[in-house]
Amino acid sequence: MVPVEAYVTVSAILFVTGLVGVLIRRNFIIVLMAIEIMLNAANLNLVAFAHHLDSLAGQVVALFVIAIAAGEAAVGLAIIIVVFRGKLATNVDQINLLKW
Amino acid sequence: MVPFFFAYFALVCVAAGVLTVALRNPVHCGIALLALLGHMAGLFVLLNAEFLAAVQIIIYAGAILILYLFVLMLLNLKTEERVLHRRYAWYIIGVGAVTVELLLVLLASSYAGVKGEAAEAVQAVGNSTAIGILMFSDYLLPFEIVGVFLLGAIVGAIVLAKTPAQADLEEGR
Repeated sequence: MVPVEAYVTVSAILFVTGLVGVLIRRNFIIVLMAIEIMLNAANLNLVAFAHHLDSLAGQVVALFVIAIAAGEAAVGLAIIIVVFRGKLATNVDQINLLKW
Repeated sequence: MVPFFFAYFALVCVAAGVLTVALRNPVHCGIALLALLGHMAGLFVLLNAEFLAAVQIIIYAGAILILYLFVLMLLNLKTEERVLHRRYAWYIIGVGAVTVELLLVLLASSYAGVKGEAAEAVQAVGNSTAIGILMFSDYLLPFEIVGVFLLGAIVGAIVLAKTPAQADLEEGR
């Protein structure tokens, strides 16, 4: 029997890994991948607590999170394709049209 | 046996996560993300969430990651010389400190709460059926909202990624 604290620790480490990836990577696609890592860490937390509290609600919410991640990936990658077509860049530093 | 499998899945998850962030070639990052998602499904199985593990493999590894790899190969990205934001690298220290603090607080607290009755429901009809019943009764509104969201995301992605017609380009639209 693995305690829920172990799952929470793994989830926290993964979340921080994703956060660091969003902060330090320049490639927009890798930034999106790091966001997927963070969503997965949140899912692990939800399922771990659903198991711990003997409830199915966490698993249902995790399913919704997976669906949201699919939509986010589709729209984000479409935006990358549009930006790349006009600018030939996937570097987040060069995508600054909306910056004021 | 379960602690052994947990240690294996957790270690590979963390290692693959770090590799996803740290590797230089974007395609290698995608492969590392695939390893992370697969071993996360293993962790879900250890937590008695078999249906979620299957969904994780089918949707994440089967659909989302393939989408990433398609785009990576479509754009034909070169391995970057300078991959990291040196300016922001010192954020890692702050992020690490906050994480350690959060973990200390979290692990010291007790995870008490009202126990549900998932065990009986799962034993009666099985994991997938129990989740399905819950999703179409208590969580019907979020389910419908997710459906509309996915429709909007699909339409938006197609509209964004569609090659503009030559006439539109000449009119400056």
